Amino acid sequence: MGSILRIILQRLALGVLTLIIVSLVIFAAVNALPGSFATAILGQAATPEAVAAMEQTLGLDKPAVTRYFSWLFAAVQGDFGTSLSQANFASFAGSVADTGVTVADTLAPRFRNTLFLAGLTALIAVPVAVTLGVLAALYRNSAFDRATNIFTLSSISSPEFFMAYVLILFLAVLNPWLPSLSNISDDMTLGERVRTSMLPALTLTLIVTAHMMRMTRAAIINLLASPYIEMARLKGMSPFRVIVKHALPNALAPIVNVIALNLAYLITGVVVIEVVFVYPGIGQLFVDSVKTRDIPVVQACCLIFAAAYILLNLLADVLSIISNPRLRHPK
Amino acid sequence: MSALIWILGALIVMAGAGWLLRAVGQKVTNNAPKWRDMPFAVAFGYVVAAAAILAVLYAFVQAYSSDPIVANTYFYAWFVIVSFIFFAVVAWLFRLLGRAVGTAGSRKLFRQMPLTASFGIITILVYAFVAIFADFLAPFAQDAFPGAINVAPGGDPATGGDPNYLLGTDKRGGDILSRIIYGAQNTVGIAFITTLLAFFIGGTLGFLAAIGGGWIDQVLSRGIDVLMAIPSLIFSLLLMTIALVWADGNATFITVSMIIIIAVIDSTRVFRLSRAVGLGIVVMDYIEAARLRGEKFGYVMFREILPNATAPLLAEFGLRFCFVFLTIASLSFLGVGIQAPLADWGSMVRDGAPFIQNLSIINQEWVLQADEATLEMIGIDKMVRQASLPLIPAAAIALLTVAVNFVVDWMLHRSSGLKE
Amino acid sequence: MSRLLTMKDIWIEGRSDETWNPIINGVDLHLDRGEVLGLIGESGAGKSTMGLAAMGYCRDGVRISKGSVEFDGTELTTASAAVKRGLLGKRIAYVAQSAAASFNPAHKLIDQHSEAPVQHGVSSRAESSRDGMELYEKLRLPNPDTIGFRYPHQVSGGQLQRAMTAMAMACRPDLIIFDEPTTALDVTTQIEVLASIRDIVEQFGTAAIYITHDLAVVAQMADRVKVLLKGDEVETNETREMLANPQQEYTKSLWSVREFERPAKPAVSTGTTPVVSVDNVTAAYGTVNVLNEVSFDIHQGRTVAVVGESGSGKSTTARCITGLLPPKVGGISFDGATLPLSYKSRTKDQLRQVQMIYQMADTALNPRMSVGNIIARPVEFYLGLKGAEKRRRVDQLLEQIELEPSQYYDRLPSELSGGQKQRIGIARALAAEPRMIICDEVTSALDQLVAEGILRLLAELQDKLGLAYMFITHDLATVKAIADEVVVMKDGRVVEQGPKAEMFQPPHHPYTDLLLSSVPEMDPDWLTNLLAERGVDNIGDAAVDKM
Repeated sequence: MGSILRIILQRLALGVLTLIIVSLVIFAAVNALPGSFATAILGQAATPEAVAAMEQTLGLDKPAVTRYFSWLFAAVQGDFGTSLSQANFASFAGSVADTGVTVADTLAPRFRNTLFLAGLTALIAVPVAVTLGVLAALYRNSAFDRATNIFTLSSISSPEFFMAYVLILFLAVLNPWLPSLSNISDDMTLGERVRTSMLPALTLTLIVTAHMMRMTRAAIINLLASPYIEMARLKGMSPFRVIVKHALPNALAPIVNVIALNLAYLITGVVVIEVVFVYPGIGQLFVDSVKTRDIPVVQACCLIFAAAYILLNLLADVLSIISNPRLRHPK
Repeated sequence: MSALIWILGALIVMAGAGWLLRAVGQKVTNNAPKWRDMPFAVAFGYVVAAAAILAVLYAFVQAYSSDPIVANTYFYAWFVIVSFIFFAVVAWLFRLLGRAVGTAGSRKLFRQMPLTASFGIITILVYAFVAIFADFLAPFAQDAFPGAINVAPGGDPATGGDPNYLLGTDKRGGDILSRIIYGAQNTVGIAFITTLLAFFIGGTLGFLAAIGGGWIDQVLSRGIDVLMAIPSLIFSLLLMTIALVWADGNATFITVSMIIIIAVIDSTRVFRLSRAVGLGIVVMDYIEAARLRGEKFGYVMFREILPNATAPLLAEFGLRFCFVFLTIASLSFLGVGIQAPLADWGSMVRDGAPFIQNLSIINQEWVLQADEATLEMIGIDKMVRQASLPLIPAAAIALLTVAVNFVVDWMLHRSSGLKE
Repeated sequence: MSRLLTMKDIWIEGRSDETWNPIINGVDLHLDRGEVLGLIGESGAGKSTMGLAAMGYCRDGVRISKGSVEFDGTELTTASAAVKRGLLGKRIAYVAQSAAASFNPAHKLIDQHSEAPVQHGVSSRAESSRDGMELYEKLRLPNPDTIGFRYPHQVSGGQLQRAMTAMAMACRPDLIIFDEPTTALDVTTQIEVLASIRDIVEQFGTAAIYITHDLAVVAQMADRVKVLLKGDEVETNETREMLANPQQEYTKSLWSVREFERPAKPAVSTGTTPVVSVDNVTAAYGTVNVLNEVSFDIHQGRTVAVVGESGSGKSTTARCITGLLPPKVGGISFDGATLPLSYKSRTKDQLRQVQMIYQMADTALNPRMSVGNIIARPVEFYLGLKGAEKRRRVDQLLEQIELEPSQYYDRLPSELSGGQKQRIGIARALAAEPRMIICDEVTSALDQLVAEGILRLLAELQDKLGLAYMFITHDLATVKAIADEVVVMKDGRVVEQGPKAEMFQPPHHPYTDLLLSSVPEMDPDWLTNLLAERGVDNIGDAAVDKM
């Protein structure tokens, strides 16, 4: 058990290190901007006083290294600074300090919404994808397998917004079953929330399921070709037992890996989907901030997305280590 | 909730039907091996497939209903079915043609080709043709706004169309058809250039790492690992923000920086693959033989490694092209990609989006209760047609990426099949 | 004895490229209770497919298109899946080639052992576990009471193979199919698996089909032998009768392979400078030493065979000589002059003098280059020949390896057979006009007849061109056939070295002795005699451990 713990700790340390370097990359990318970005935000016509005031608010007058560390430490404590659009507004209103809405305030509820959407999607997608993937592997080259292959390949290769609008067309416009605007709010009951988020969740499900199914199918086919599966069959075991007792314990690692990787993929997919359905999540906030060049928010969103992505990949890694019998029972 | 009950009910009914089907089959064929050893899942599958075919037929028939509301409702289903059959027939004819003409090698290729790949190839050819000859094919220039605004697609005046603008016009009066055709040139062309650039960067570094090994490999691989830890769309959005600030409204600058940003981000994936492919080849004994012979780096690279890497790299090029193409379309859709006046499919989807959203809101709120006269008044026919506005460019994107993926899938399948 | 299995007029097809191609063409096979039938043939003869068909089982993409398989009154080709499942594992069992891959990595050995008895309702879990431990003891596995609680990856290959035999025995089946159970093992390990399989089959009176490509092995195991060639039966007979006087040409040729042996050349006179001299070489991957103080000389026109089991350091020695792995201590000299340790610092001419032929001809030839270009490259690179001159030289080389130049010049490696590919590898080495060639297991991936052709060719070329060979092999038959001098290696050290005649005559170093005596011989009594000589507890790993 000792060695497996050591491997996992190593992976965790590597994950943290990656995250720190990623934060450095994000910070450096923003700081690569020529000149002061306070000027860029306020426009060329801004008075030097306004620019200086803004720089001071944002701490832009300090050296880059200091700024990076203070940003990082604050971010670790959940403080992502002040939203630029708010600060901008505040500086025009005359009072510079402490009136702006902090990035964290804007982010927190939206982050919860995004998690809700991702969770709902995972809840539908994971069981469906794993079942279909196993079935496609079991009946490979059958009509069912070929049909699902065409279908999943199509939905993987189509842009997210295409799938979204097709679903809107059929499930909201032609048959008014589900709302196409997912304006969820805190005072909704869980049932209402689920119904309102159903279309974006279904769209994401379509895409993620396709990915997950193909990967599950490949993993299972790979596994079914192993000599020990043939051995189990030659021992006269029933097909059900071959799958449950012989294939599944070994398929766990690849399937868990597939699920975690696809949840990581969800993180990216959510951006476009939230914009299509006007879903008040972090993805939409991110895109809006990109357009309004609200750099602190962009940085914060980026860091959150990257952290979630790294975390899920790490999870995939760790789970597949744990479920590997060779590592669990060392020599 | 009620929908869930309906779905569950349907599943139970189909499960029962599946069980019945198998029992009857066993009885009728007197326990022939096919029915005797049939698992329940297979019988269930047959029933589901039959139900799906029935549903498609029902939708197809309903589209010819005399009730305009019903006909409108099933118009898109009808369209999907018809275009699916159309594509299948075209692919089949194309494959037939390929089997009849050409060299012995190409004929053999077509004989083993699945319909999906044949569909993919002909679609790619058509896109390439449209992109190259866009100037001759498009009825209007891409920056012209000749028509009335918001003409509905379909070209039928009865449903708000205009025969001059077959696919209708956008909110500024631009001809959608022309913009779609120019979009092929712009969107596909830019994606192609970006992919080439990504391959140049990623491929060079990847093979360098594979052959060089040692610290070059370590430094490059660790660096790429970090870049790949950021989801690519998120990373490109971050960098696009900076480009937007920098560009200060200069459209060309934004487009060019988008090309560079996406190429760099995507080259990390190319790096991974070409390094892996390179490493797979470098361990081969014939490379060792060449090294022991005293061959120089260039010979090993161009004569021994690259010829063996072309197949996986070509397949990867297809996949990366799709990925780049989708990223560009997504960025444009989000409003930070290819900028006007260049016609581009991603932005066209965004421009068309309000139509479908409005219609859905109207539908949700009161269409169900409204009588026909009211529907006539708000021009529901026109609105149903206009709902396709975001779908046309989105479908143009989807069709190409699906086509490329079909071809790549077939190539990968072939190369893995050859290994066996 | 009563008839247990009857296979009549079996035709089997395999699917590739959308068509069905024949694998077995109308072969008959029958087996009595308690009888052991040896099924032999080269790769592609269809012997594994035939063995699986005896269980009524076909792999994916394979089908029995015609014929009947009757096992103890049950027709397996038309039986329902449930009926077949009732027989498999319970009355017919299977032992696979690779035990490491055929045990499920997720379960303990004993759990996999008792699965069949419990599922078939033969005995309870506790009973079958206890029985498993007894079987482990009978098969002479170490720690029979506890080894079952290990996972497959925690047990060595030879032991796993015996555990798999025990698993096949769990329900006391009437028939066991052994599918090349010892092919993947080293000779010293092979012998103990053979001994224990034979013992247990005899003890329980189980009928068996023993599939192998190794004649000597089949001679020990089988009562009767059936020879297959490309899906056709060649002949069948009692083992002793078959060995003593084979009827068919093909069978005779298989037997005669073993007879090729070139007389060793006289030892070189003292004071002659060796072509290549390995001097006290110690080498390491990272910090682990894989070679320790290895020294030997290779003289002009002589063949030095380096022998050892997997992991003994023979290939590593070759890597040191070619400069791919610079030694930590010691050095390599060529014609008396010290060579730079790394190939990177050697001159073109130094590189030219030592050439290499690889084990896997598939990976040794660039699949995208034509045969002509592969051979022409060293001709051009080292000798600077161009145009027609180059072409003439390549044609000459192709003739030397007995391939018609006009026919083979433009072919790609994928259009050649295994033996032809290996010949191209030889031609490429010759093209550099070297003084020495390193042959790394060049015949181990080939069928016996083809391998024999390659050995003859190499011997002929040596006589004609005065080449020095370093011949790396694990197969003592090859050593006997071609070597002048022998170097025996174990765990990165030279155990013993000397002229061939001396090495094959006692007294030996104990390890050499073990190695030599473990190689199966065609004599059907060989294994019995050997066991009597050594004692059952003193074979295989046990014997190695005692050294």
